[in-house]
Amino acid sequence: MEIKWYIFLSLTLFCIGIIGALTRRNSIIVFMCIELMLNSVNLMLVAFSKMHMAGANILSYSMASSAQIFVFFIMIVAAAEVSVGLAIIVLLYRNTRSIDINFLNRLKN
Amino acid sequence: MNAIIITALWGVIMMFGGVFFKKSTTPKFWAIAGIIIVLLANLFEFFGHPFFNVDTKGMLKFDSFGLHFNTIAFICTLLFFLLNGKDFEKIGMHVSEYFALMFFVLCGLSILSSFNTLLLLFLGIEILSIPLYILTGSDKRNLKGNEAALKYLLMGAFSTGILLMGIALIYGGNTLGSFYIDAINLGTGNLPVLIAGGLVLILVGISFKVSAAPFHFWAPDVYDGAPAVVSSFMMTIVKIAAFVAFFRLFQTSFGAMQHQWQMLIVVITAATLLIGNITAVFQKSVKRMLAYSSISHAGFMMFTLFALNDTAKEGLLLYAAAYSIATIGIFAVIIKMSDYSIEGFNGLGKKQPLLALTAVIFLLSLTGIPLTAGFTAKFYVLMAAVKDGHQLWLVVLAVICAAIGAVYYFKVIQAIYFKDPVPGVNDEINVSSSFKFLLVVTAALIILLGFLPGLLIDWIYY
Repeated sequence: MEIKWYIFLSLTLFCIGIIGALTRRNSIIVFMCIELMLNSVNLMLVAFSKMHMAGANILSYSMASSAQIFVFFIMIVAAAEVSVGLAIIVLLYRNTRSIDINFLNRLKN
Repeated sequence: MNAIIITALWGVIMMFGGVFFKKSTTPKFWAIAGIIIVLLANLFEFFGHPFFNVDTKGMLKFDSFGLHFNTIAFICTLLFFLLNGKDFEKIGMHVSEYFALMFFVLCGLSILSSFNTLLLLFLGIEILSIPLYILTGSDKRNLKGNEAALKYLLMGAFSTGILLMGIALIYGGNTLGSFYIDAINLGTGNLPVLIAGGLVLILVGISFKVSAAPFHFWAPDVYDGAPAVVSSFMMTIVKIAAFVAFFRLFQTSFGAMQHQWQMLIVVITAATLLIGNITAVFQKSVKRMLAYSSISHAGFMMFTLFALNDTAKEGLLLYAAAYSIATIGIFAVIIKMSDYSIEGFNGLGKKQPLLALTAVIFLLSLTGIPLTAGFTAKFYVLMAAVKDGHQLWLVVLAVICAAIGAVYYFKVIQAIYFKDPVPGVNDEINVSSSFKFLLVVTAALIILLGFLPGLLIDWIYY
């Protein structure tokens, strides 16, 4: 398959993630949308890595695979972020009995 | 390498030390000892004696600019720990863990000042941000703090997603298939579509991190909601680290084709300066006003990304030092008060003459009055923009905005000296004599840098 279909797919996923993160009010769903954004980046990186490998000479072969290593780093960081994020959401739930992010508007006053 | 390894190790030591420290004041001394060790180790590396020889395959590159920035950041942190170390006990019981998290932030900072691939840029930013999410929410009972933490976390994770997409597009766009920032450099040719898209996304990602308009909306709420000690740290050391990282990235990778994307920076800079300064005028709480003023200072630091020349490099370091020291100082004074409103400052000049005098020096430096470090720093960043020669109206706008800045800083100075104290507000301000001495040292540093900026700048070319 051509590379452009992969780019279209991951950009679509990315846009769904952005729209979800900006419009939904439930903080868990916002968080899931952000995870979707990160995973669309993973897909894009792997696709580009394959693309570079197809046209690669021996010298840049190892460089082209570096994107696949990058994907593992993104997964690890996303996991770390989720563990901190869920802890903060639980903290908020304990104090307000709600995980709606509209509570945030209270800060403005 | 010294700074990266020792900060990470010391963070672990502080974390486990929390189990063994019996007295609540012990962690403070360990943290101060740790930051002094890190500072010395970094100086050793600066003068050519690294302790560790790790082969990073060129992923980290230690040059005098990055190491010098580390020194500045560690000195600011040392001042911060000395001035505010005691106030961490106000947040909660786990003082040692707060210090541990700060050491992890410093580890991220030293990665950001020396990265050479986009992978380490991403990791550095995350190591810098994730401990901060926890620190923002460290006051568990405070609802405002909880909400600030959630907001910061969601915005931070969102901007990381955008930044990562930018990195992926740049990786796809360059024919080498490399993450090394010097390999991305395309020379002076035209920007390919993928790389241009990646550049815009990275720029959006940065603007979130350094709170530049139009992506600044989280900043006032987070800085206001977080415990005052933590927001002092976030507004200064974390922000300047993000600026240095992006200066490094843009200068190495996209410096040659700067004029194709300079207009984006111009729009961001102008919007940041106007929004930050004009909104700050209407704030009633000094803490919130400083949050808006930190947005406007981000606007001034954006000038270094606009110009990207050698003067910009000097200006960035000078601005980082001047802004951090002054903000840490004024926050040290604010934290001692119970009421953060401007009325809370009424008559401080009569109650605590020395505190008032140093606070005025910090505020004057933030305004940019001559003979303070703030003026020299503003002069350098604007001179960099003039040397660049494009879009001179932006410099005029910056000067006008600095004048608007005087309005809200002078409001506080007026409250300190020309108004009578309100009974019942901030009546008891207990400060030790060592705290007063440190405040005087901090104020002296600001005046010294105002007279002799060369003391700081010349080390870039060591």
